[in-house]
Amino acid sequence: MATQTAAAPMKNSNAKLQEAISGWGFILPAFLILFVFMILPLFVAGYFSLTDWNGRRPLTSPDPFELVGLENYQTLLVSGRRVDDFYNALKNTVYYVAGVVPTQTAIALVLAVIVNQRWLKGRGFFRTAFYFPSITSSIVVSMIFLFLFSNTGPVNGAIRALFPGYQNVSWLTDNNGLIHNFFGLFGVTSRTAPEFLTETEIFRISLWEWISGPSVAMFTIMVLAIWTTIGTMMVVYLAALQNIPSHVYEAAAVDGATQVQIFRKITLPLLRPTTFFVVTLGLIGTFQVFDQVYMLRDEQTRESTMSVAYLVYDTAFNLSDPRMGLASATAVTLFIIIFVATILQRRLVGGDRPVDQ
Amino acid sequence: MTAVAQPAAAAGTSGDGRFFFFFRRIFPFIGYAILIFVAFLEITPFVLTLANSFKCDPAITSYPAAFIPTFNMVQCVTDDGAGRLTAAEQVNGAFFNPTTSGYDRILGQGANLPRWALNTVLYAVAVMVLRLIFDSLAGYALARLRFPGNRFLFFVVLGVLMIPGVVLLIPRFLMLQQLGLLNTYWGYYLVLGADAFGILLMKQFFESVPKEIEEAAFVDGASRVTTFFRIVLPMATPALVALAIFSFQGQWNNFMDALIIVGTDQSMYNLPLGLTVLRGSGQDIQYDLVLAGSVITTIPMAIIFFVFQRYFVEGVSYSGLKG
Repeated sequence: MATQTAAAPMKNSNAKLQEAISGWGFILPAFLILFVFMILPLFVAGYFSLTDWNGRRPLTSPDPFELVGLENYQTLLVSGRRVDDFYNALKNTVYYVAGVVPTQTAIALVLAVIVNQRWLKGRGFFRTAFYFPSITSSIVVSMIFLFLFSNTGPVNGAIRALFPGYQNVSWLTDNNGLIHNFFGLFGVTSRTAPEFLTETEIFRISLWEWISGPSVAMFTIMVLAIWTTIGTMMVVYLAALQNIPSHVYEAAAVDGATQVQIFRKITLPLLRPTTFFVVTLGLIGTFQVFDQVYMLRDEQTRESTMSVAYLVYDTAFNLSDPRMGLASATAVTLFIIIFVATILQRRLVGGDRPVDQ
Repeated sequence: MTAVAQPAAAAGTSGDGRFFFFFRRIFPFIGYAILIFVAFLEITPFVLTLANSFKCDPAITSYPAAFIPTFNMVQCVTDDGAGRLTAAEQVNGAFFNPTTSGYDRILGQGANLPRWALNTVLYAVAVMVLRLIFDSLAGYALARLRFPGNRFLFFVVLGVLMIPGVVLLIPRFLMLQQLGLLNTYWGYYLVLGADAFGILLMKQFFESVPKEIEEAAFVDGASRVTTFFRIVLPMATPALVALAIFSFQGQWNNFMDALIIVGTDQSMYNLPLGLTVLRGSGQDIQYDLVLAGSVITTIPMAIIFFVFQRYFVEGVSYSGLKG
């Protein structure tokens, strides 16, 4: 820490004051920017979430909004007109996070372990190939997926070439849930499902919809996210693997540990901080999924690909009915959800238990 | 786990040992198979995008898999504007006759893309320069200078790192609107001119270099500012390069911030925002425009990536190890 580093060569108070002035001066420009455009907005969002401002009436006009207390949160979370919007977006987002984060972490770890093997040739090539998608814009990647997964696109073409009887899946416009489709294989559809599933509603969304999983369109966005991110995660894991001193492995080998034992009992626990980092990054990123939804959205899939982050934008800048107050409340709620999720995973991954994948 | 198990396994006598012996022999094959498969999945989309960006619309939707260009350049529309090249006329098996039609349309007269590209360069370069200066100044102050509030500010910066961007969307829009900075270059530069990640990166770097050199210069009578710019910054080149790359890449690809800061004036768009215009809405997509735009957006980053590849990978590893 800085307090230890300044082992003052000059002890008089004048020099100390000068150092303090330099310190404040040096940090001031960056701090001003962070304060005005990162910290202050946090409070502004909190404040506006307690108002009924619609964004139309100029803030300079007299009484542009009223303070309405927690009414927006009530509208959103408890029983108001927008609960189904919010919980639908939350359901989609949670499925998205739960699908993407473990998958990308596991794939990245497997790839890193293989790339780290001594016998591997072409390490640089593989690392470059895996990392390359991470440098492209999320918008470009969405464009590419728009093309790849279109009805007549290469993905459907490739599947048809492998399985001649394949019926084209409209990856980007199919609203059916994955789990719904899976049940469908056994003849269980919304019509034949037990009544308590289709009749019971929680926050105006039927139980059947709650459990029917991410839509095919959302699933395509999940594939996109995994495809883009595994490279970065792999590079992080690889660096951590290369940081494990070889004598640790040698000692274990002398003790007669098998490769699998070494991996489970030594490598994985030593990678725990890295796993924590990778999962935290993954959680923060995926809970805010926005760009891809913005690009791949379609009138048909509006509901089934709606994420909480996109709902914030959509509520705030809706052309016919903008609601800044409500959107702020949505954003604050998402902030709290991300915060809680990060802490929870810290207890899960960062705890004393060994990491078993 | 006993010492006895090891020689047995090595000799391959016990059942367990034989399994692992076998496993060790085939593991490289499985390993290569997995890596090659994933590499194929990661690279093919780019190859197909590049190839199809040189086709006419009908050929893109009908024969997306043809990826080898011939030397026979064609035009999508005949000069008199009457005839259109059909998909079958352009593609022959894996081969296709390339066209620059998509590129001509997005770069030609009246097109917005050159403006968006220029904006992107301005945003990315300006923010990079500002961050190099502000982040390293702040990082240096946190790492080296003793002043009241130092530790507190460090935790503030750490906290800022955890603020999700979505929460900032609306307030930033409102504040820029009030300040009259919406849809301006300065609005963009100011909002993104310093970042917590960069400050922490620089702080960490300055803590890792010995402080004797700068102290010597300082004692010799140079001012703090002179010492910083003449002595300290040149020593920090590796960290500055990493910061520059991260910052440039982040802004080149930035969508969400740009959408808020300059999203309501098309002449201020950057390339990612511009691509959404090319995409239009719904499923009626002009793939030749979309793919050509994607290629133009990606090429500069790709070149920078291949030139500075070492720094990209090192930077990611470095930021990862912090966590």
